[in-house]
Amino acid sequence: MSQPADRFYTKEHEWVKIEGQTATVGITDYAQSSLGDIVYVELPAPGAALERGKPLGVVESVKAVSDIYAPLPGTVAEVNAAVEDDPALVNRDPFGEGWLIKVSLTGDASPDGLLDAAAYAEFVRSL
Amino acid sequence: MRQWPKEGVPLLFEQGAPGRGSRFVEDAGRPEDFLDPALLRRRLPLPDLAEPEVARHFTRLSQRNFSVDGNFYPLGSCTMKYNPKLNEAAAAYEGFTELHPFAPDAGAQGALHLLWDMQRWLSELFGMAEFSLMPAAGAHGEITAMLMAKKYFAQIGQPERHVCLVPDTAHGTNPASAAMVGYRVVAIPSTRRGRTDVGALRARLDGATAVCMMTNPNTLGLFEDDIVDITRAVHDAGGLMYYDGANANAIVGLTRPGDMGFDLLHLNLHKTFSVPHGGGGPGSGPVGASERLARYLPQPLVTRRGDGGFALEWDRPDSIGPVRAFWSHFLAIVRAYAYIIVHGVEGLQANSRLAVLNANYVRARLKGVLSVPYEDLCRHEFVCSAEDLKRATGVRALDLAKGLLDAGIHAPTMYWPHVVPECLMIEPTETETKETLDEFVRVLSSLVARAREDPSALAALPLHTPVRRVDEAQAGRLANKGIGLRWEPPAADASPNGT
Amino acid sequence: MSGYAPHTERDIQAMLEVIGAPSLEALSSVPDGLELRAHLDLPPPMPESQAFAHLRRLAEANQAARMTSFLGAGAYRHYRPPAVSWFATRSEFLTAYTPYQAEASQGTLQAIYEWQTYISLLTGMDVSNASLYDGATALVEGVIMALHATGKRRVAVSLGVHPMYRAVLATYAAGMGLEVRELPMDERGLTVCEEQALDGVSCLAIQSPNFFGCIEDVPTAARAVHAAGGLCIAVTAEALALAVLQTPREAGADIALGEAQSFGLPVGYGGPYVGFIATTREHVRRLPGRLVGETRDVDGRRAFVLTLQGREQHIRRELATSNICTNQALCALMATVYLATVGSHGLQAIAATNLERARRLRDALCALEGFSQTFAAPFFNEVCIRTPVAAERLAARFYEKGILAGLPLSRFYPGRDNDLLVCATELTSPEDIARFARAVAAEVPHAAVA
Repeated sequence: MSQPADRFYTKEHEWVKIEGQTATVGITDYAQSSLGDIVYVELPAPGAALERGKPLGVVESVKAVSDIYAPLPGTVAEVNAAVEDDPALVNRDPFGEGWLIKVSLTGDASPDGLLDAAAYAEFVRSL
Repeated sequence: MRQWPKEGVPLLFEQGAPGRGSRFVEDAGRPEDFLDPALLRRRLPLPDLAEPEVARHFTRLSQRNFSVDGNFYPLGSCTMKYNPKLNEAAAAYEGFTELHPFAPDAGAQGALHLLWDMQRWLSELFGMAEFSLMPAAGAHGEITAMLMAKKYFAQIGQPERHVCLVPDTAHGTNPASAAMVGYRVVAIPSTRRGRTDVGALRARLDGATAVCMMTNPNTLGLFEDDIVDITRAVHDAGGLMYYDGANANAIVGLTRPGDMGFDLLHLNLHKTFSVPHGGGGPGSGPVGASERLARYLPQPLVTRRGDGGFALEWDRPDSIGPVRAFWSHFLAIVRAYAYIIVHGVEGLQANSRLAVLNANYVRARLKGVLSVPYEDLCRHEFVCSAEDLKRATGVRALDLAKGLLDAGIHAPTMYWPHVVPECLMIEPTETETKETLDEFVRVLSSLVARAREDPSALAALPLHTPVRRVDEAQAGRLANKGIGLRWEPPAADASPNGT
Repeated sequence: MSGYAPHTERDIQAMLEVIGAPSLEALSSVPDGLELRAHLDLPPPMPESQAFAHLRRLAEANQAARMTSFLGAGAYRHYRPPAVSWFATRSEFLTAYTPYQAEASQGTLQAIYEWQTYISLLTGMDVSNASLYDGATALVEGVIMALHATGKRRVAVSLGVHPMYRAVLATYAAGMGLEVRELPMDERGLTVCEEQALDGVSCLAIQSPNFFGCIEDVPTAARAVHAAGGLCIAVTAEALALAVLQTPREAGADIALGEAQSFGLPVGYGGPYVGFIATTREHVRRLPGRLVGETRDVDGRRAFVLTLQGREQHIRRELATSNICTNQALCALMATVYLATVGSHGLQAIAATNLERARRLRDALCALEGFSQTFAAPFFNEVCIRTPVAAERLAARFYEKGILAGLPLSRFYPGRDNDLLVCATELTSPEDIARFARAVAAEVPHAAVA
């Protein structure tokens, strides 16, 4: 499994791509493949405040449910309506069209403690 | 092998014709003869079918089911034992079926006597002070007991206790029931021996501990050897012990949860006491309580008066109150009662021993076939793992389960408890013959052998069931939008069979 | 060697050898100190023939089961076509488990899907679940749905909701920390929905016909609770009324729930019955318990499967929408066979007969001096009768004459000493009614026809 190098990762299998004061968040290919067919995505409303490491939503497959944790603090700027309508997008394109939310970063938004692509790949291999 | 029609069985709503059907009452007029039309619905869009159509429909549906009467059904933690037909005959007696719940006690003495006996017998068998027969199912018994615990702590002035300890092998209903009364659930890990980690449990005990919920034997089919230490530690911390009776079929007449130190427990009469499962209910989940908790049991209970007569007892001031509209799943209690009187203590004890025998026999014979992760002998059920097989061949527990269906054997419980990867949980019950168990081992062994030769073949199974593997993801995605959960009338026509 | 277990001594020895255990006792032994020591006070085993007779004697000791009955109050005696239990209790349905393995459970799954459709059509709602324990627990689950939908922990419940349902809600509310407000009844027998009583509530639960038998003005109640930002829960304890009354959906309800025992289930001393719950698409994910959905198998065949399991306890554990695992599949199947057998026309005819018999009963009793109809509101098959002597005393006297006269309201509504709730169904014959009225006249001499 290759991980795009333009973003950071968490050990809970979220990815976050930082562009200036905005970040896009999704779940990794490893996460979608372990969950299996995703049938439902529950995302916060735009404007909701996010705290680093706290649950922001839920992805649900046929047999499992998984919390999504905020990799960075901020407020929700946009949610991916296409994913809410067709959750299979997360399975098909987790790093692209299957993104979940965009966040306006606030507070300490430094990527300290997040993994880069190589470190995440190493982490996944160890599982 | 039977060929199943590709089109399946049409829905009731796709059959019939307006005006078909039998006449069950004489003509008494139309609703608008009695009520203001403003109060009435405009139409009743249900199908009209003739009784022969109904007969064929439900007979054909029934043929698309596996059942204990037709198939070996080794579904772990579900105790799919044979349901004696005496139970059914007794539950159909008119003196039981036609008895109204508000009938005066004097006119319901037979039913009340039966319920009173059951309350006492269950108390004897499980070592509790008193039993309520009111809860409708296991999960209903759990919430009942959580409500009792909460009231108990409020009354003794310790309402701050709010933590419920639940081993990671517990049934999902345990944490869900605890959460319903606002308890915070803390999971306790299991040891390599498949037992609750007593050290980890002790470390979580403090003044916030309310209840510890345990299943014994646990869902790995192993007896919690340290149970007395656990109940003592929880009691020392001021908490209560709850016994989930899902696995009681391993212990009836051999040991008693009350003697282990449990304060509260529920039973599943539809597992241990041979009430049929009915395709997912109705169950019956009586709750037992120790001396200090009994006064919180839901009311009414049945009491024996001084004159020897029986009565519903409403005057229990500390009771949490009723947990369903009427007194019990009475007709389910009748079935369990029938089971108990034909067995007596010795018969119940023998059944528990034979349930343990059957499980250990299958376990011993499967040892070389799949990995059996825990060394110790099991109780009424055991788990095995297809993890090694999956690593070697890619074939999963799911594929083996589906392969069993083709051989007319119901699948074991799969992928649960979560502590065992690629888990198959097998509970044969005592009512299966050695020949059936041998055949099961033969079929499962041949599936594993086939997996090693031709792994891709297993992914295609089952081939011979009424439908093959189904697209659960599609169902789930639509259901989340409220689609595909019912028959919808064609757009141009708002009713079945075109009325 | 035991009841229904098939083992011979030889089987046991052969199996013990494979296991490597010395004896059955050793194999099933428990840790020291936990062996059963007490003598258990249970009767010795009974041969099956004796058990059969013993159970029959217990059944026959229930004299009330044979009496002419005017009792309803949440449990209704209706005609049960023999086809219902004949088909619903086939072994393949009766002895199956919850349909987790879709390939081996299409019969149960399709039947549940048909039940979900029937409940949706009867209530007018979009979706129904696979059933709940009974009407009272359905009310609790409906209230929990409303809490999740609105985030408010205050609940309004009409005093016309079945008293046992309210008592069950009170049991749960105490443990869950909910505030329950009860709405009073007016002199017509209908719920009073005042604005301030609905302030800040998550829902209003209103039953129609209510416990007094009166058909409520659900649309007005729904508008009132919607204005207060809550959901309207329409409760039905007598499901047969759904066949003729305005549907909960038409009346503006967000959640329709209740008890469907009337559809082919015996009164059975209180259970098992079958609760139902239905709602709009908007709230589908908040529904508790099992749900069956339609899909396809790998060959493109229509297939049914348990769905939305992510809401349920076995996956979500403490975060589940409800702790419910078991539903009432067999009871829901009986109701489904019943509805299929009687059909749309049959169900309406049965409902009309109930309307007619209940009016005949009302007329017969109210023709006696001192007797009158307590509430003026229209009714379905139950009605409150004002009696010139204490209703409890009347009921006790009639029991001695072999008649179950109805439910004295004072049982649940203190102060209503002279109100008797009576019920007539299609099983109540005109002769039963005439005999009852004659007996009343004889019992209360000054009540003889003026």
